[in-house]
Amino acid sequence: MAVNSGMAHLSDGLFTTAIATYTLAMASYTAEYAFGRRGRVAATTPAKAEAKVLVGAGGPVVDAPAVPSGDGFGQELANNRPGDQKRVAGDRIGRIAVALTILGALIHGSSIALRGIAAHRVPWGNMYEFSAVVGFVAVVAFLGTMWRAPQIRYLGGLIMLPVVLLMFLAGTVLYAKDAPLVPALQSYWLAIHVSAAASSEGILVTSAVFTVLFLIRQRYDVVTARGGRLRFPVALGERLPSPETLDKVAYRTVAFAFPIYTFGVIAGAIWAEAAWGRYWGWDPKETWAFIAWVVYAAYLHARATAGWKGRSAAWINLLGFGSMTFNFFVVNIVISGLHSYAGLN
Amino acid sequence: MRYLRRGWRRLISMRTALLLLFLLALAAVPGSLLPQRPLNPAKVDDYLRTHGAWGRFLDRIGMYDVFGSAWFAAIYLLLFVSLAGCLVPRIRQHARALARKPLPAPKNLGRLPESGSFESGDTPAAYATAARTVLGRRWRVVQRDEPGGVVTLSAEKGYSRETGNVLFHVAMLIALVLIAVGRLFSYQGSVIIQQGQGFCNSPTAYDAWRPGRMAADGHIGPAPFCIDSLNSFTASYTSTGEAASFAADVTYSKVNPDGTDGPPTKHTITVNHPLRLEGDRVYLINHGFAPKVTVRMPDGSVQQDQATFLPTDVNTYYSEGAFQEQGKPDAGQDIGIEGFFAPTPITNANGVITSASPNVANPVLGMFVYQGTLNPNGLPQSVYSLNKTKLHQIGQANLHIGQTARMPNGVTVTFDGWVPWASLQVSHDPTQGYLLFAAVAMVVGLIGSLGVRRRRLWLRITPAVAEKKGSPTVVSVGGLARSDSGNFTTEFAGILSRLRDASTVAEPGLVGAGKE
Repeated sequence: MAVNSGMAHLSDGLFTTAIATYTLAMASYTAEYAFGRRGRVAATTPAKAEAKVLVGAGGPVVDAPAVPSGDGFGQELANNRPGDQKRVAGDRIGRIAVALTILGALIHGSSIALRGIAAHRVPWGNMYEFSAVVGFVAVVAFLGTMWRAPQIRYLGGLIMLPVVLLMFLAGTVLYAKDAPLVPALQSYWLAIHVSAAASSEGILVTSAVFTVLFLIRQRYDVVTARGGRLRFPVALGERLPSPETLDKVAYRTVAFAFPIYTFGVIAGAIWAEAAWGRYWGWDPKETWAFIAWVVYAAYLHARATAGWKGRSAAWINLLGFGSMTFNFFVVNIVISGLHSYAGLN
Repeated sequence: MRYLRRGWRRLISMRTALLLLFLLALAAVPGSLLPQRPLNPAKVDDYLRTHGAWGRFLDRIGMYDVFGSAWFAAIYLLLFVSLAGCLVPRIRQHARALARKPLPAPKNLGRLPESGSFESGDTPAAYATAARTVLGRRWRVVQRDEPGGVVTLSAEKGYSRETGNVLFHVAMLIALVLIAVGRLFSYQGSVIIQQGQGFCNSPTAYDAWRPGRMAADGHIGPAPFCIDSLNSFTASYTSTGEAASFAADVTYSKVNPDGTDGPPTKHTITVNHPLRLEGDRVYLINHGFAPKVTVRMPDGSVQQDQATFLPTDVNTYYSEGAFQEQGKPDAGQDIGIEGFFAPTPITNANGVITSASPNVANPVLGMFVYQGTLNPNGLPQSVYSLNKTKLHQIGQANLHIGQTARMPNGVTVTFDGWVPWASLQVSHDPTQGYLLFAAVAMVVGLIGSLGVRRRRLWLRITPAVAEKKGSPTVVSVGGLARSDSGNFTTEFAGILSRLRDASTVAEPGLVGAGKE
């Protein structure tokens, strides 16, 4: 069936609009962050130090830390005193940022949907489309996390950054024209296998961001305890939530994504049995999917092993993310294998 | 013995398992970066040619068959043993935990991470019943009486976390065993058949036969069936030249146990839909072109032939191959033709013909024609190229269908047309169906293991002090989430308020301080 080129063009236009909207959202989040929901001075106010604060998802009990810090969660909401002009402005910008993110996600979602409708197929048949879906899932995952824990709003810029980067890459380097699927991809397993892969990877992007923030925050604590000089990026730690919170959010996102990823790999094996005559053949893509799976499994184990918790586990998480990214970019583009659906020629 | 025990304990520790997991991931890396023999032997030979001693060294340590190498097997076997050793005690422990009643309530519930208390107008026994209704069946509840008329409830929930954890790991061990057994009893054969040809499922019929150990030793034989004929192969393309569909129409028949042929059945094999019969699957793997020629030999006789040409460009299906026409023995009158088939020919800037698309549109057969002795030493010889040691070129031509090229010695070559060929693969793996069950169990186990949290709840219901008439019953509640606490705080707050709602309000005026 022929591709509806008008719709495909509209999809491309919406994609660009979504990037622009996300960029605006990112700028707004960053502005909110800069306005300082809670600066160092505020953090040293002992008033709330004894409070046990209820938070939502990923929400542990946060005791105010001994070191001056912007552990953020919950307390800053309580600190929102009237007359504090700067904070009110920051809050307003934060709301605008969320609105922009939701608007961007709607535009982004429409772009993806139109792309599929135009070619009468699922909209994840090449690298461009896959990146678009991964970015979309990452944004939705962030919105979902924010729904449960609104306090993380001011960190939105740090989530939007990789998403905007990925989408920019998708729109420039990875872009492929909307086209029908090659025979090998004409299977309902495309809908199952690739959507599982894209959604788990989108969620794992979120996890990687929180892991980086965790490492920054932890380093920040070490440096401030020593009285050392703060430099970028460690200085960012000032306004980050407590390391326990970041670690927990990173873990919970992996715990959520890992079964989906496992399911995606298994669905891939079932499809490979129907398409290539074997369920597993150590094709480079399969090999790297295996490597990433093993590394994330190691992360989950490390988090429950004395001596591996915290920093080591965080690095393993990033290693897993690295393998996954390698599998997407390098294996698709550089290494030849059976998964040659990049659409780049 | 002591060292043995210590070594064993170290092997089954989480630390070792972690290390082995890393090793496994690391060991898989060269398998994707270096050419692998089972996937592409030609690439391995290329690599060996260009990398000299380094290449030979890699060969010696098994780097071209990483996933079949001894060291890769060593890592996963160690991991397997470590996992099994770790799992057995955990299963025992979990079984005990399942059988055991929830632990008695601690003395001071206020010390637990989550706690709260309220007063009730009910007697302890009455309130305990009400609280059990609130908790419902999802909590496993045990009621205990303590001295002084105190009633305690111990409740626990989330056993499926460990159940899922055990299920996942056991299913994975079973999956590994099934994979290994499947490898032993599997076989794969692949064959190229031109339209109109057929084959039977037996090792000798295949161009490539890759048996597992048991098939190689003859303990299992290929399932008895024949693909009698490839009736037609059709490829369709979009207007822009992209492949839209591939379909191979075949007639097959099973061989009955008494040796007679079953009824011939027609079936269409497409890319994602193999033909499944007798525990074997027949796949459509690739396709290509077999040009047909008529050759007038130097002695005036006429031979007709069609030869399988292999695509050398996966995008345009520009293909190459050879014709070998035997003349009178030892007369030096054999004719060999090496050439290419361009399905949609275009002439590039250098005047060389290539193909623009795999779709066939006025194709060209380009050829170099040789005369001499085709196979001088009588050794097996590739059908896709010529051994030119005893051949000399007598001409060349690029022909469209129907055209004839005239060569010296009265030799003529006519391009008559082409037929498609299909590459079919027959696969057999007796365990893959069971493996699917194991895989599903793994996912279910993971969801339980990562999605469920184990939590404990205690209620201590202290009766009214007898001499102080009308004093209320005090209910204190404590909660503890084992493992990752998640949002137990929120959950606990909800439970606490429901527990409070279930109690009869204590007489007004007698309510003391609410929170401990």
